[in-house]
Amino acid sequence: MMRFLLLFSRQGKLRLQKWFTPIPEREKKKIIRDMTTMVLARQPRSCNFLHWKDLKIIYKRYASLYFCLAIENQENELLALEVIHRYVELLDKYFGNVCELDIIFNFEKAYFILDEFLLGGEIQETSKQVVNRCIESSDMLQETMEEYMSKPAF
Amino acid sequence: MLQRLVNTSNAMSPSVPLQEMIRAIRSARTQCEERGVIQRECAAIRAQFRQADNGGRSHNLAKLLYVHMLGYPAHFGQMECVRMIASPRYSEKRVGYLGAMMLLDEKQDASLLITNSIKNDLSHSNQYVQSLALCTLACMGSAEMCRDLAPEIDRLLRASNSYIKKKAALCAVHIVRKVHELGELFAPAARSLLAEKNHGVLHGAVVLITELCERNPETLERFRKTVPDLVQIMKGLVISGYSPEHDVAGVSDPFLQVRILRLLRILGRNNEAASDAMNDLLAQVATNTDSTKTVGNAVLYETVLTVLDIKSESGLRVLAVNILGRFLLNNDRNIRYIAMTSLQRIVGTDHNAVQRHRGTIVDCLKDQDASVKRRALELSLALVSATNIRSMMKELLLFLSSCPLELRSQAASGIFNAAERYAPSQRWHIDTILHVLTTAGGDVRDETVPNLIQLITNTSELHCYTVHKLYRALLSDISQQSLVQVACWCIGEYGDLLLRGECQETEPVQVTEDDVLDALETVLQSHMSAPATRGFALTATMKLSTRITDNVDRIRSIVSIYGSCIDVELQQRAVEYNALFKKYDHMRAAVLERMPVIEKNSPGHTNGESTREAVKEVQPAKVKQAETLLPQQPANQVCDLLDLLGGSEEPLQSNPAVGSTVPVLPISTSSTAGGDLLDLLGGLEPTPLTPAPTVTVYEKSGVTLTLSSEKQSDSGLTVTLTASNSTDSDISSFTLQAAVPKSVQLHMKAPSGDSLPARGAAKVTQMVVLSNPNKVNLKMRIRISYTSQGSAFQDTVQVDSFPEH
Repeated sequence: MMRFLLLFSRQGKLRLQKWFTPIPEREKKKIIRDMTTMVLARQPRSCNFLHWKDLKIIYKRYASLYFCLAIENQENELLALEVIHRYVELLDKYFGNVCELDIIFNFEKAYFILDEFLLGGEIQETSKQVVNRCIESSDMLQETMEEYMSKPAF
Repeated sequence: MLQRLVNTSNAMSPSVPLQEMIRAIRSARTQCEERGVIQRECAAIRAQFRQADNGGRSHNLAKLLYVHMLGYPAHFGQMECVRMIASPRYSEKRVGYLGAMMLLDEKQDASLLITNSIKNDLSHSNQYVQSLALCTLACMGSAEMCRDLAPEIDRLLRASNSYIKKKAALCAVHIVRKVHELGELFAPAARSLLAEKNHGVLHGAVVLITELCERNPETLERFRKTVPDLVQIMKGLVISGYSPEHDVAGVSDPFLQVRILRLLRILGRNNEAASDAMNDLLAQVATNTDSTKTVGNAVLYETVLTVLDIKSESGLRVLAVNILGRFLLNNDRNIRYIAMTSLQRIVGTDHNAVQRHRGTIVDCLKDQDASVKRRALELSLALVSATNIRSMMKELLLFLSSCPLELRSQAASGIFNAAERYAPSQRWHIDTILHVLTTAGGDVRDETVPNLIQLITNTSELHCYTVHKLYRALLSDISQQSLVQVACWCIGEYGDLLLRGECQETEPVQVTEDDVLDALETVLQSHMSAPATRGFALTATMKLSTRITDNVDRIRSIVSIYGSCIDVELQQRAVEYNALFKKYDHMRAAVLERMPVIEKNSPGHTNGESTREAVKEVQPAKVKQAETLLPQQPANQVCDLLDLLGGSEEPLQSNPAVGSTVPVLPISTSSTAGGDLLDLLGGLEPTPLTPAPTVTVYEKSGVTLTLSSEKQSDSGLTVTLTASNSTDSDISSFTLQAAVPKSVQLHMKAPSGDSLPARGAAKVTQMVVLSNPNKVNLKMRIRISYTSQGSAFQDTVQVDSFPEH
């Protein structure tokens, strides 16, 4: 299974954190520090795989964001790269040409999308279209519910 | 990089309050200012939480979650999450559940409070609400919650739409991980899910079945029946035409393919029938999958792992190793990296197959990437054998001189081990070790020094050569402590050979006694020398007093100066050596005599700390004993000597391993109470270590195979197999294969060679490392194959009991 997914900027600022196992707050902070240090220190054209404790760390840089996915030892590293890429594609479709600012200002959406793609540390849906459709429908539900409750959305 | 496309965003309208706060935080110019903004915002949020229901609840919680992500405390939002989850509004539920996943985990008390909400929402009429509940349960459900809600999940697995089923499947996976016994509950539903067409559900089903099989061997047995179904599904994915919904660069649903391959691996392991059933499919996937993109290679990689792990046909196995070989030549570093990781796993079992790719692997030592280098190093060390030792060592030494710091100590010890096992000649061995010490002396383990000293002493014909090389090394660089220590020791021992000015093996140096003493004094005085090194230098200087003729006075003065050195260890030594000069000058020659050949404990075995301690301890101790015991003896000089030597009853407190390997001087420090010098020297016999008991397990047609074993730990056993040939003709291509019971892990190390010369001229040894965590009855079946006089022979023998050591 996947253990955690982190998104952080080139300056080490965290943009998203998804933990698939229960971990105390303090340890989460330590792990984040370790990951950012390790990944940011890597040379540009290095291998995308690292070893950390008993986990494999797969990382990939997209524009100004680093995607860092930790998987258990029996998982397929090359597929993990595809998982990261799929998530980026989903974000791109949703936000239309996504950039870091989109994820900063709409972080809850990024989580909602992630929660339609991965679940409990495993892949939940392998079709891009299905994920997109579900997110759209959920958003519609939220909008219409807001209208229905006749309270302003903001 | 993401493409620039002109399209309209289909994102939902953003939350303005949230965005305003984010902007405010980001415009803070210092950390302090940011903290101020956040404190104000948090205060506002807290106030809002306390108010009655208003339209902006979800925005407030979202703000808090943002603040939490920046690293600030947000625990006061936990109860708000609980309240939001219970709200009838979808927007509030959505953020509430998100908050629960971020702020609550099973250790928080508040998490129990949401169990009821989750239970209700699981049966909500709207599937998106159900989805929120399922998602949260799978993310942070505690064991208690899981037990509570498991029946509900099972119901959803059977009767709901695909959207819910796929989530329920992964929820079930989480539940099984938390509460293993509940696996039984989900097995029937999991089985029926395999008939679904929806890929999301199929994927979830395969993950669930994998989890169930990994946890329970009985369940695994039952699920073996699904192999044909899984093969069918895979065939559909691999062969059928383009499916736009699931296509990724020409591969149809690679995620599902990889998961199915993994499940097949688990089901086919150790089972002939299951492995047979999937053989054709695996061959098909291996040959048909497009390997130009990463995604195709991901599937190929998983296929290779499966082929190598199940009982596959040899043809398929060869295909798999060849795929790995192709991966090694791929431009993509990632692919090279995983190729080496996989080869590492099979280097023990398919050694020859991996050897074929040795050239490429060694080339990877020169790769720029540190991860690739590390893998290449491990694999290269595993591939060293008696036949390729010279060429491999060249490459490894080259690597050592330019390798990254974090790999140096691993490389150095790997090289030492390889040299120890396969050194073609003693001179080569010494040269190699010296090379390592000059290149990476700071990164070698501590026991290298006594090991090297042992090696040097044992190679008496090379003493002259060795001391020359070391002297030259010392002149050029005194910063590498291990090298300097060994050099000092050698100069102390064999300084006379240095001064003689002649040497067969290498260009002799023309030095004077002063030159040599200068070198040692430089070490003594240098700030780069560690205290231990200075100890070596001082002792070496002292020893030279019996090997040189003219400059003894200089030595006397050096020794007396260090009698007041601040370093206590040096001071002690100097004082004792001083005493040796003054009161016990008559003994000096005997005390400082050339050391005898040190018995090695066992081949390829390092003695570790104990040896080093003994080397350091024994040298001063010998003199101490001389001092303490002597005053008690009568004046008769000869008697003194003998009684002293004989009277050294006190054994040095050392473990038997040490006692057997470091009889440093004629004065015995082991407990032999010999009466005279001869007995004493005789008494230098190592305290015999009971050798590992050997049994002959096979003896036929002149080929004998003996087995000895040594317990390494509670569940680990190292078995050494030794083969010899007593016939009159040489035997070649001698190989051993071994099989052990299911739960025992076996790792065969590379054999020492594959030829057995006639009449027992040489033996072949091979080590097998066994790990028996379940403590089952250990048995091993060994297959012996060899060629003699042009014909091939093969035989099998079963070993039912292992001699315990």
